[in-house]
Amino acid sequence: MVQKLEMLQETPSQTAGPYVHIGLMPSYTGNGQIFAQELGESPIADGAQGEIIEITGSIYDGTGWAMRDALIESWQPDAQGRFAGQDGADPNLSGFCRFAADAESGEFTLRTVKPGPVALRDGRVQAPHISLWIVARGINLGLQTRIYFEDEDNSADPLLARIEQRPRVETLIAKKTGAGQYRFDIRLQGDGETVFLDI
Amino acid sequence: MLDDGPLIPRNLALHPAPYDPGYKTTLARSPALPLLSMDSSASEETGPRFGHGSLGALDNNLILNWTRGKSPAIGERIVMHGRVLDERGRGVPHTLVEVWQANAGGRYRHKKDGYLAPLDPNFGGAGRTITDEAGRYQFLTIRPGAYPWPNRGNDWRPMHIHVSVFGHSFGQRLITQMYFEGDPLIPLCPIAATIKDRAQLDRLVAPLDMANSKPLDYLAYKFDIVLRGRRQSMFENKPEGM
Ligand SMILES: [Fe+3]
Repeated sequence: MVQKLEMLQETPSQTAGPYVHIGLMPSYTGNGQIFAQELGESPIADGAQGEIIEITGSIYDGTGWAMRDALIESWQPDAQGRFAGQDGADPNLSGFCRFAADAESGEFTLRTVKPGPVALRDGRVQAPHISLWIVARGINLGLQTRIYFEDEDNSADPLLARIEQRPRVETLIAKKTGAGQYRFDIRLQGDGETVFLDI
Repeated sequence: MLDDGPLIPRNLALHPAPYDPGYKTTLARSPALPLLSMDSSASEETGPRFGHGSLGALDNNLILNWTRGKSPAIGERIVMHGRVLDERGRGVPHTLVEVWQANAGGRYRHKKDGYLAPLDPNFGGAGRTITDEAGRYQFLTIRPGAYPWPNRGNDWRPMHIHVSVFGHSFGQRLITQMYFEGDPLIPLCPIAATIKDRAQLDRLVAPLDMANSKPLDYLAYKFDIVLRGRRQSMFENKPEGM
């Protein structure tokens, strides 16, 4: 017998199911009375520094249907690339948001500030991006992905550089549709499948 | 030697695969291409922190939180408790744990749930709390009922409570479900069966915990949750080129 490593294993995931909103976004399903304050309603407060942007999109399943029941969480740094809690971080940015597609249109909108670039341990700099985590009925383990921006220099981003099939890089880049407006669609499967991450 | 290195990579083999024919909804919602792996960065190693200030006193009391303390929910009173740990076995303090569940009849308070079982006017079905210094958490609730769901001809969900945990890093984010010891529906459930290794599934089954049950009041069930840990940063401060 060898020595014991004394490590635990991560708890296995299970799907968030169709009713995830009653737990994480109760007001979305009409249960807003349960908590005095909901968490993650907006990633920014009044006075947040930087460019205010809106990202609109849909999550499409493998049949091309815009899903209505997914829940998305986003996490990002402030306009200078500092995360909440770090020295000098913008006090008006929590960086965390929860949102869901509109039941009629199947579209979500994330209103936030454009994030700044963040360096890796080795000094290489990541292009500005917002991290996403997506759960829904039929998703067994939450899906991680990132939103990059068409109007930023993404050429040296270490994560995008690892994508072998270059056309797939486009699945992580929000397209500018107007001043401060972006479009970002997510495809779970099939043509244009979004690059999902294991980080 | 601190634990401030990258997150320990996920062992995807212990999680359910994205595609599972027994659970039909996964068929059109499972990415088919490989995930892109990389060492974690600040984007995954940092994460939102929630203070006790954002929570109300009844938030972890599902028996009373829907009516703001006026009238208790119907059902078998239980306490769900346990610890949030990391892979090194250390408690994760001050982290948010959220739960949601069906009522005692197996019905969710959700506009899309039209099951025959009635809504309990005194039960909302959601709760949240923040772990203490040692990573402990607890909820007072009622035992949820099993319920049928449209999948194959006659599929039923075992009694379960959905659980969402943050940890301190966005890359630790996890949603899972707690099942109850002795429920005969567990081995019949296609969602439970997305976990192929029975020993891994058993980690989601909470044992009845008589030692922490309160006479004439509630039964306790213990549910520990393990999140990803961080690599230790040994030899990572070496000079350039070494
Ligand atoms: Fe459920």
